[in-house]
Amino acid sequence: MSREVPSIPNSRTQLLPLLKHEFKKDGFISKEAMSAVAERTGLPLNEVYGVTTFYSYLPVSKKSKNVIRVCRCLPCALKGALGIIESIQKELDIAPGEATADGKFSFELINCIGACDQAPAIMINDQLFGNLTPDRITEILKSY
Amino acid sequence: MAEKRIVLSNCEEIDPDNIETYLARDGFKAFERARHRMKPKDIVAEIKKSGLIGRGGAGFNCGLKWEIALNTKAKNKYLICNADEGEVGAFKDKYILQHNPFGLIEGMCIAGLAIGAQQAYIYLRTEYGFLYDHLYRAVAQARERGYLGQMDILVFEGAGSYICGEESALMNSIEGYRGEARYKPPYPPTHGLWGMPTIINNVETLMNVPHIIAKGAAWFNKMGTDRSKGTKVFSVSGDVKNPGVYELEMGSSLKELLDLAGADDVKGVQIGGSTGSILPASLLNTPLSHETYLGCGAVVVFNSTRDIIDIVYNNICFLSEESCGKCTPCREGTEVMLEIFGRLSRLEAEHANIKALEDVAKTMAVASLCGLGQAAAVPVLDSLKYFRDEYINRIEQSVFMRSYLGGEMSKA
Repeated sequence: MSREVPSIPNSRTQLLPLLKHEFKKDGFISKEAMSAVAERTGLPLNEVYGVTTFYSYLPVSKKSKNVIRVCRCLPCALKGALGIIESIQKELDIAPGEATADGKFSFELINCIGACDQAPAIMINDQLFGNLTPDRITEILKSY
Repeated sequence: MAEKRIVLSNCEEIDPDNIETYLARDGFKAFERARHRMKPKDIVAEIKKSGLIGRGGAGFNCGLKWEIALNTKAKNKYLICNADEGEVGAFKDKYILQHNPFGLIEGMCIAGLAIGAQQAYIYLRTEYGFLYDHLYRAVAQARERGYLGQMDILVFEGAGSYICGEESALMNSIEGYRGEARYKPPYPPTHGLWGMPTIINNVETLMNVPHIIAKGAAWFNKMGTDRSKGTKVFSVSGDVKNPGVYELEMGSSLKELLDLAGADDVKGVQIGGSTGSILPASLLNTPLSHETYLGCGAVVVFNSTRDIIDIVYNNICFLSEESCGKCTPCREGTEVMLEIFGRLSRLEAEHANIKALEDVAKTMAVASLCGLGQAAAVPVLDSLKYFRDEYINRIEQSVFMRSYLGGEMSKA
């Protein structure tokens, strides 16, 4: 479901929902999208850029088709996040922060996603995978 | 000691997609009572009398907060449910939202009556975006039933920022600004969203409200310790057999909680997330309450194979990344700590580094703008207090390795 845009009490509060809407459409916030949002909210473009880049889930450059996010916080680290990271690295031949040449996968390390009871956990796009072992990575990535 | 499920009483009992199942278990009875038989000041007085303290981690008296908002005259008032559960090791609010969104909505409706709010927000972290539709449907069902007559609820999703769980940063985020902390005072109950009186409560705090209104402050007051009434929901993870969500009476010991979660081998525990206290196994009899250790109730257990420096290093990596950057002590302090822990992990540390850590920690605690910077030093100082020999050992190894390898280390 697309996110509800608040109608009150001033236009600036619509900024984040509108940016999220653009993100859902394109998978990133393009310069054009930022300009459109700036126009709609009556804010200067630099303000819109400032807010956009504050958040880690509003990327300003094009992402690959699937984004793999591996939680690296304490509970996941204790339960073997490092092994998961190595396994993804080996499988895709890319390091955290990089994307595959075909644009199919990109790979990021992120902070706690609240799946500590299923550690180690990763997210691929909006899908959560928990209680992982390094050898399950191959099979999971194949399904994309 | 067994669990005492009050906040979680309807979880896994009702169908979270069907309000009828909640109503069948006396849902919204407390709200009806508050709406028809109580004045706003009576509701506030009841919550105040119950001694309910906010469950988000800061530990402020809930009734007192509501009273300030009630007594502040303004055109608009707002209520915000803080569901931006970003604390490391915390997942209890997610469990509540998944299993009993109606209990939360009822708590919000009562809070709205108490302070006279017309609009409420549930600020949901984007990592829990998969719960958006679920919450939206629950709110819609409550609206259809006429429970949102006085105050409507809007689900507002964040975009990935730990600091937005801090109340003033959260309000900036809703208003469409960068999610940076604000200078306080003034505090939200008098100057919150758009400068209007605003109450911001954690999910679990609001879940307690219908129970207190239904059963009375005296009933609630019987549970817990002197200052900490009621129960607390804990998220337990790390080196335990049964990680998960547990609800215990306030004042239960850490050991009772760990027994429920199945921890046989405990070297230490971190309570309250990335800025939480670290306790050694010798202190497992400590009661968990606002007087001792609690925070948001995130408990991460680590066993005897774990290295304390790795654990604190992980905390500091997280905090330096999530520092919003607005105030200097936190922005620079977390970087200094990161640098020192980097040296410790690369065997480049010196004895003077411990003193430096302690100095930075003290400065951050007194000079940072919000809780992140103020508490960032807690795990560092606690680990230095209880596991100092591990730091000394690591530094002596480093000194030995450097002298043994001579110049080779720096080249490697």
